[in-house]
Amino acid sequence: MEEKGAPPNPDELFRGLQRAPHNLIEALRRVQAHYGYLPLEGIKMAADYVGVPLAQAYGVATFYHQYSLEPLGKYRILLCMGTACHLAGNRLNAEFLRSLLGLKPGQKTTSDMLFSVEEARCFGCCGLAPVVMILKPDGTNEIIGRANPRSLRAAVERYRRLERGGSG
Amino acid sequence: MTWTLLDRCCDRCTHSVENPCKDYVECRLNGPLCHEDERCRELRRRRLEELAYGEKGAKIKVPMASCTLAMGSEAVYNAVLEAVEKLGVEATVTISGCYGMDFIDPWVEFSAKGMPTAIYARVRPADVPKLIESYFIKRDVSGAFALKERTGGALGEEKVPLLSELDFWRKQYKWVSRNCGVVNPESLEEYVASGGYRGLSKALKVGPERVIDEIQKSGLRGRGGAGFPTGLKWKLARQQPATPKYVIANADEGDPGAFMNRLLAESDPFRIVEGLTIAGYAVGASQGFIFVRAEKPMMAKRLRRAVEEARKYGLLGRNILGSGFDFDIEVILSAGAFVCGEETAMIAAIEGKRAWPRQRPPYPAEKGLWGKPTIVNNVETLAHAATIMAEGAEKFAAVGTERTKGTKMFCVTGNVKRVGAYEVPIGVSVRYLVEELAGGPPDGSKIKAVQIGGPSGGCIPAALLDLPIDYETLQGAGAIMGSGGIVVMTEDTCMVDAAKFFLTFTSAESCGKCVPCRVGLRTMWNILDKITRGEGTEEDLHTLRQMAETVRSFSLCALGGTAPNPVLSTLRHFVDEYMAHIRDKVCPAMVCRALIAYRIDEERCIACGQCAMNCPVSAISRVESGKYRIDKEKCISCGICFAVCPVKVITKVPRGSLGGGHA
Repeated sequence: MEEKGAPPNPDELFRGLQRAPHNLIEALRRVQAHYGYLPLEGIKMAADYVGVPLAQAYGVATFYHQYSLEPLGKYRILLCMGTACHLAGNRLNAEFLRSLLGLKPGQKTTSDMLFSVEEARCFGCCGLAPVVMILKPDGTNEIIGRANPRSLRAAVERYRRLERGGSG
Repeated sequence: MTWTLLDRCCDRCTHSVENPCKDYVECRLNGPLCHEDERCRELRRRRLEELAYGEKGAKIKVPMASCTLAMGSEAVYNAVLEAVEKLGVEATVTISGCYGMDFIDPWVEFSAKGMPTAIYARVRPADVPKLIESYFIKRDVSGAFALKERTGGALGEEKVPLLSELDFWRKQYKWVSRNCGVVNPESLEEYVASGGYRGLSKALKVGPERVIDEIQKSGLRGRGGAGFPTGLKWKLARQQPATPKYVIANADEGDPGAFMNRLLAESDPFRIVEGLTIAGYAVGASQGFIFVRAEKPMMAKRLRRAVEEARKYGLLGRNILGSGFDFDIEVILSAGAFVCGEETAMIAAIEGKRAWPRQRPPYPAEKGLWGKPTIVNNVETLAHAATIMAEGAEKFAAVGTERTKGTKMFCVTGNVKRVGAYEVPIGVSVRYLVEELAGGPPDGSKIKAVQIGGPSGGCIPAALLDLPIDYETLQGAGAIMGSGGIVVMTEDTCMVDAAKFFLTFTSAESCGKCVPCRVGLRTMWNILDKITRGEGTEEDLHTLRQMAETVRSFSLCALGGTAPNPVLSTLRHFVDEYMAHIRDKVCPAMVCRALIAYRIDEERCIACGQCAMNCPVSAISRVESGKYRIDKEKCISCGICFAVCPVKVITKVPRGSLGGGHA
């Protein structure tokens, strides 16, 4: 597998996608999956591939909240901010995580690039409110239902241990 | 390889993707139609039985939808595979969607010839071997949550209720969600066996005009919330001379608390694909798109798979079922923007532009995608259309109200016993949904308000729970039916905070095109924030109302046009609560943090130190007794100690009651 960060081959990255503007959203998603975020060169690659001006693609890249123009943490912690999750306390969970990870106001990602804390839109799993989803680097995710500061601290510590073990 | 219903029964069958047979769908269940052969008939009968009870006469079904997966159904699935192997049980293990009963997740369903089909609730992987042993080996169903029928063939049947007798099931009207939780959503064969694609097959035989007539006769209205008559929309697009035309399925279900579209797409995706194909045929389009919300990728996965399967058997592509109609579908997964649910914004998004809504008219039926006639229908609407074409307009219109026919799926969440998705005839009361189906608040606490229709909707007080739900009826009370999300709030919900929550949402999701929405919602949010901090004045309420009217009147699209509703409806029904914040500096629900404080009951404190360890501002310290105490000067009332205390001895008190510090 290619190393993340290396410039990808567009034909490989966009394999199976018709070169048409309706595929811009998907092309950008693949760029983000490759780099972990949307660097300008990646946006340009997507724009060229589907045939829209770079300015338009950049406008689209800044429009949707799942795209990020800055690098994100290895583990992305998404807190559902739907109504049921709000009522059940996810705002508090977000604050707890930010304080636990030492994030300053406006800061999304820890300085060691291990964790990002993001507020997300309703996952539609309201029966489990409040819901927290952790996106892992391998593309899979862990869903924590009925999340609370204790279960979140445990999760963060588990991933930290995993990382320490991994790097020896 | 196993013969499936979708395959040819013998050499006399002439159907192929290249040379399709117009009776292909009917022939699957009632065939063979073009020749007489008892063997071919028997082949079908045997396969239908296999689908019901598995190839070995025993079947285990595990749900695989976002909601059940979040509760661990994948681990249950793996445990099932392991257990059947270990116990030597000859059962087919398969997947399904979700029944909409979130409160029994994750569940499993066992069936075997001669035994009642049994559903087991809240199954943990460790329980699985025991359950399989008792059902398949001991033939004992006593631990089940519900049975689908009684056969007298199993032990303990009398101890378990029938699903059809349980209130939350019996009181629903399963029409469009009939297959959810029942069929394997990845199997076109099971969809066809359940009667799927009869609608399209019929449509192609009667011609587009009669399809539109049938949909108009049914009285179907858009289930996304606006309630525009579906048949009329199709007719308007059909009449347009310009070509090509496009049809779009709106699967960008964005209202927090609404997941009926997700449930439908994950549990019965072919119904949506069939509905969109029928819509394409009716208006004369050859290309369809399904635009799926970013946060619900599994919907896109299931729909993409369904599209591929349909292509494989000639139900999409060239000359569908020999009718000369060419049609294909592409599934687009959004990257996250609430405004994409607005049809003109969705069209811009598909065109590869920023998803900005535009002025209507011209309506998309005239000038839509790439300037061509386009219809945008909600996925529930399309699933209804497919079902109506199969079952007939009369059957659909047999329930509902004078103005609105048929059924609607609702999601009831928040403080209720049975969080889930329910399908009922339009016109039932709010109370019916939140109390009879969802069971009301679990702890016996009282309902304070019900929020209906998401960020575009409003909060109605408990006194109005008997209002019937229809597109128009709730508007008088300041709410809307919308897409059908219902959130139940009890005494511990602050209505000012709830209004602020919705404005946090809409002001962040405003696309920024119109000033009233972009700036107005922010200004309204600031006022609400001031009130929740105990710094509001009565003058602020006046400004708030004025701003709400401005945003509502002068925004281009429905996002801005409806965003003030949560504020206006709470101001109307819960103004006392606003006044408590403003005049008495008290939050009656004890939610607004500037107005409350926390206290540790030192008598009952077990000195575990959890609170102190988790306090972000080190405001909690150990006192001489070894117990813990909160320093009210340092405390920021975040509530983390309250949440982590294992013995629940930390209580909320009004901030004023502590004296000193904050006035």
